[in-house]
Amino acid sequence: MHGLVAVDWHVIWQQVFHPSHVLFRTLWATVYISVASQAAGVLLGLLAALARMSRFAPFRWISGVYVLIFRGTPLLVQIFYVYFAFSWPSLHFGFWTVPDAAIAGIVALSVNEGAYMREIIRAGIDSVDRGQMEAARSVGMTYGLAMRRIILPQAARVIVPPLGNEFNNMMKNTSLVYTIGVFELFAFSEQNYSQTFIADYFLAIAVWYLVLTTVWTFIQALIERRLTESERGEELSFRERLENAWNPMAAWGRGIQHR
Amino acid sequence: MHSEDVHKRFGRLEVLKGVSLEVTKGETVCIIGPSGSGKTTFLRCINHLEKIDDGRIEVNGQLIGYRQKKGKLVEDSERNIARQRTQIGMVFQRFNLFPHKTALENVIEAPVHVLGTPKEQAVGLGKALLGRVGLADKVDAYPGKLSGGQQQRVAIARALAMGPALMLFDEPTSALDPEVTGEVLSVMEELARAGTTMIVVTHEMGFARKAANRVVMMDDGLIIEDGTPEHFFEAPTHERTKQFLSKIL
Repeated sequence: MHGLVAVDWHVIWQQVFHPSHVLFRTLWATVYISVASQAAGVLLGLLAALARMSRFAPFRWISGVYVLIFRGTPLLVQIFYVYFAFSWPSLHFGFWTVPDAAIAGIVALSVNEGAYMREIIRAGIDSVDRGQMEAARSVGMTYGLAMRRIILPQAARVIVPPLGNEFNNMMKNTSLVYTIGVFELFAFSEQNYSQTFIADYFLAIAVWYLVLTTVWTFIQALIERRLTESERGEELSFRERLENAWNPMAAWGRGIQHR
Repeated sequence: MHSEDVHKRFGRLEVLKGVSLEVTKGETVCIIGPSGSGKTTFLRCINHLEKIDDGRIEVNGQLIGYRQKKGKLVEDSERNIARQRTQIGMVFQRFNLFPHKTALENVIEAPVHVLGTPKEQAVGLGKALLGRVGLADKVDAYPGKLSGGQQQRVAIARALAMGPALMLFDEPTSALDPEVTGEVLSVMEELARAGTTMIVVTHEMGFARKAANRVVMMDDGLIIEDGTPEHFFEAPTHERTKQFLSKIL
């Protein structure tokens, strides 16, 4: 339509600095769908990782097939199948309603995420020295207690950085549930565009996605800092972590390996 | 501790070929022998970190890791094995302290979460034990900030915190700098004097001579000599023992 790309700054300014209630509602939908899906995905990934390491062979097979299917097929296909093949209830919490499409979206995103989290969590558990499990058991811990108290807290240090990446992806992937009719951030821009044909609505919500992912970067840096409390000294400072998250090359410049 | 004809195989390799050993309450027994003789494996069998293929091991009259079922031995449930291990303290060559917990947290972890000791009581006990191994001032230090010798002493306190009937030491000084082995050995000597029942796999002949009630020589998966330190070091009967001692003393 335009010969030159003309950005309508007014629209962006309005949507970013004077957001409507509708925009906030869709922003909230994006946030809760991301958080719920990631949390459930981590849980599923943990179960699948434990199943993968189980002595009972059928558990290992189930875990393998799970990952094969959900990592090997498109997320969009999974979302459509989950939504249309099953009937989902809407949930009501007082004045807040979670529509059936959002539930289906959360389920599909969680199950998909679990397949990716399995490998991340397994790598984390593998990174913990074998002697830790032996020491835990030698003081009378059962496998479950040793996992919970000794192994997983140490694995968390290895798990959290890639987990942060996954969550960053998750926040952006939630835009796919627009296709099954969830009214979230992307749906907001699409609706406005189809009424006005002003493409800058897409730019405006891109800014909002950027705000979400940036806030998360800060939170992740804080979590990583907490997790490395016991090894203060060799640890990167809060500022260095932020710099790494913003720009991996910053770490290279200082000769520190970026994780 | 009573063991009878213990066999252990790793695949085709038979590491223990029928080990029988009796350790009575209050005794300190050192197991020595060349590497590959099966002494560490035997120690790990005593708290069922390794499954035995044949024979039986009892601690405090309790069969370890197995139970009798229709005249046959079957592996016991995880919960029962875990309960038996609370009776047996183990100190590892590489300490294996929990790096995400302070010295005190390492010591009270199992009393609180396995035995259900109230936290306050466990903290009191933990501080007392850390004091006993000479680390009263390192209570809040993380393992990463402690020297090897200090870490190993925390590990000893961690094992003692369960009030075990038997303490197992798997080459507790092999991973340490020579200058700090002394501080760990003196803690162990003190334990031996206090009447702790201990089985120590070690290459420290000085410790064996000074602190042990009995010294046991293992070679090629078998116990070939068993006697008092005097007998063992002055007049060993077995040719292999003489050879071994002449090489290391």
